[in-house]
Amino acid sequence: MNEQIELQASSLTDKFPEIVSLDTRTGYTGFLVMPENLITVAQTLRDEFGYDYLSSVTGVDYLPENKMEVVYHFYRTTGGGALVLKTQVDRENPVVPSLTPLYPGAEFQEREAWDLLGIRFANHPDLRRILTWEGFYGHPLRKDWKEPFFEEETKPFKSRWPEGHVYRAEDKNPFHDNVQYPPGFDPEQWSPETDELLYAGLKRVDKSDDFLTEQVVVNLGPQHPSTHGVFRMVVVLDGETVVDLKPIMGYLHRNHEKIGERNTFLQNMPFTDRLDYVCSMSNNFGYALAVEKLMGIQPPERAEYIRVMMAELTRFLNHIFSIGFLLNDLGAFFTPMLYALEERELILDVFEAVSGSRMMCNYFRFGGVARDIPDEVMEKIRKLVLERLPRKLDEMDYFITNNEIVRGRCEGVGVLTAERAIALSASGPVLRASGVAYDVRRADPYSIYDRFEFDIPVRYNGDIYDRYLLRLDEMRQSLRILQQVMRDIPEGPIMSGKPQYQVRVPAGESYGRVEGPKGELGFYVVSNGKPNPWRYHVRAPTFINLTSLAEMCRGQKIADVVTILGSIDIVLGEVDR
Amino acid sequence: MITGSGILRGLWTTFRHFIKTYLEDLRSGKKRYFTKEGIELRRSPDVEGIFTIQYPEEKLPVPEEFRYIPFLVYDEGENGEKEIRCTSCGICAKVCPPQCIWIVRTNDPVTGKPIPQPKEFYIDVDICMNCGFCAEFCPFDAIKMDHDYEIASYDRFKEHIFDLERLSKPASYYAQIRPTNFAREEAARAEKEAQKAAARKVNP
Ligand code: SF4
Ligand code: SF4
Repeated sequence: MNEQIELQASSLTDKFPEIVSLDTRTGYTGFLVMPENLITVAQTLRDEFGYDYLSSVTGVDYLPENKMEVVYHFYRTTGGGALVLKTQVDRENPVVPSLTPLYPGAEFQEREAWDLLGIRFANHPDLRRILTWEGFYGHPLRKDWKEPFFEEETKPFKSRWPEGHVYRAEDKNPFHDNVQYPPGFDPEQWSPETDELLYAGLKRVDKSDDFLTEQVVVNLGPQHPSTHGVFRMVVVLDGETVVDLKPIMGYLHRNHEKIGERNTFLQNMPFTDRLDYVCSMSNNFGYALAVEKLMGIQPPERAEYIRVMMAELTRFLNHIFSIGFLLNDLGAFFTPMLYALEERELILDVFEAVSGSRMMCNYFRFGGVARDIPDEVMEKIRKLVLERLPRKLDEMDYFITNNEIVRGRCEGVGVLTAERAIALSASGPVLRASGVAYDVRRADPYSIYDRFEFDIPVRYNGDIYDRYLLRLDEMRQSLRILQQVMRDIPEGPIMSGKPQYQVRVPAGESYGRVEGPKGELGFYVVSNGKPNPWRYHVRAPTFINLTSLAEMCRGQKIADVVTILGSIDIVLGEVDR
Repeated sequence: MITGSGILRGLWTTFRHFIKTYLEDLRSGKKRYFTKEGIELRRSPDVEGIFTIQYPEEKLPVPEEFRYIPFLVYDEGENGEKEIRCTSCGICAKVCPPQCIWIVRTNDPVTGKPIPQPKEFYIDVDICMNCGFCAEFCPFDAIKMDHDYEIASYDRFKEHIFDLERLSKPASYYAQIRPTNFAREEAARAEKEAQKAAARKVNP
């Protein structure tokens, strides 16, 4: 892997000796480029070097150096490690050219960086706030921004011990709630900006037609049973046909990343459970990998096997759950859903027995897992993996796959082509159902995935039906991996070193990514050697997959929008963070 | 394939699920509902037919590792007095991710030096995220995660800040909800005591 990076390094700096330089800070990798040259370099990366996939875009606020840094992670869809590109700008008025015209998948991520860090992206087609509300004051991820309950810069807070006289933070806030207003602001007098502007931008006037039809704007959500949470889609309709669509999110935003930067490294672990709360084990996995990379430690054999086991069980339960929900969205109200839930419950029983909680598992530690699996639970997993789950999967297949209504509603609907899927940085089942065999477990293997025999399923039509079929295929492959895990799992310790509540993380940056059930889940962590991470960023797969929602929906019927959204399989805990 | 056969397959699957409940009822008789055995049966990997547990008449047993709000363990002295194990070392308050543990350390009224005992101990259970770190990292086995999840109350604020009184539970309760953990910790403690005693014998 290191060799590979060397190779890229020499050729990229050879190509642009003046404008690209190596990032030589200790613990950092990648290249630095000036903002004015960013577009040229990115274009070359895409067209000549084959880095066609822009996985993650984020910013870091280096307050002491008075710099804002934007960090890009590029990959090749043919596999291999990352090429990290960075550009630094002044903190006061940070402007960076937008990469959205080159890599449309950057759209939401750049909006997020604008919203949370105040980095302006020139030439961005739609640079509005995305996670916070339009009247929000300031950019919360900046290091000098303070929240209404501000107590101390980092945890642990001094007021808790030894003089821990308890109080509720709300009582200390003048508004008795988790809000703050800019000076001189009167909440009674304020009226929100209307959404007229947004609607106007969406409407198109077609003069060619003699027969004048009016386009209608419909707000699906935020409170709508089809949106799987609090999520809003502004849809412009011509009759029943969708002309355009904009997703609006952030209703569940809690600034997970700011909380993460206040926490110590270990304290973040239970918070990652709350991202995609259906797949907390995968979230734990990604975060543990990122921090272990920085710390330079490796979990023992048995822990690796346990990790893979938990990750694949999670994949199974997520996919079966999402298929059940898809049928709900199609109108098969709750019967298939509950059949899916049965299997999910059984797996959750396993999670509860090993980790103590059904959904908020908090099971991984740096250098291992929290506790070993008891024998009777192992027996239960064996029974599930070898016997029950394969049988139930076949039953699900028999039950749904050839159903005429399912095929009629799903085939050819919500199509995303392979080129567009890559350009839009789609990942996970959405990408693979469009014919791109890109799976982090094979493309850039982590943990011990290189030891197992399994296939990366691909489907080529890129419609809802293929996404459904792909999830079935993936569950079969997960079971295949699980069976190998059950066969090979060794005895031994589950933790390298002693469990510690204060881990020492050397300064540097790292990007840990896993193939989560919903797509590529990445954690970008920057440490400055202190007990708390300086930067903690989550590359949320469903958030980025939503970039392609509008594309899939255009030209479809309004009733299909619900199913298309269901086929992307979003979880708002992760989208909104 | 004949049009409609896919739908018929679906209906057949649903029908089979429906029938299986009654077949299972016939096979296991009365013990399928409202008994421990029946609940165990309905959550095992062999379950067929109806799957649900009728809370609150029936309750799912929780596994030993199940974690809910933490509690403080006390040992019972000879005269039944409570000997709180906590030494107010503050590790749990430091490790707690949402910072919901508040501890006041006891100071000796004469010398002003700290005494290893908490004067006050609060957990704001509205904020506790049930992560289990406090129990995991307490060096004295003094704080443990409870199994009692039925703590709903009518008051939203005051009732939800648990104090020392409300948090304390006897070691016997701990032994009952987490038998293997308890046994392991007791064994470790006994071994340590033995080592200490041996060391004392060598150089008195
Ligand atoms: S870690 Fe244990 S001994 Fe220390 S203050 Fe917390 S409960 Fe008490
Ligand atoms: S369980 Fe977690 S959140 Fe709750 S008191 Fe313990 S450390 Fe804090």
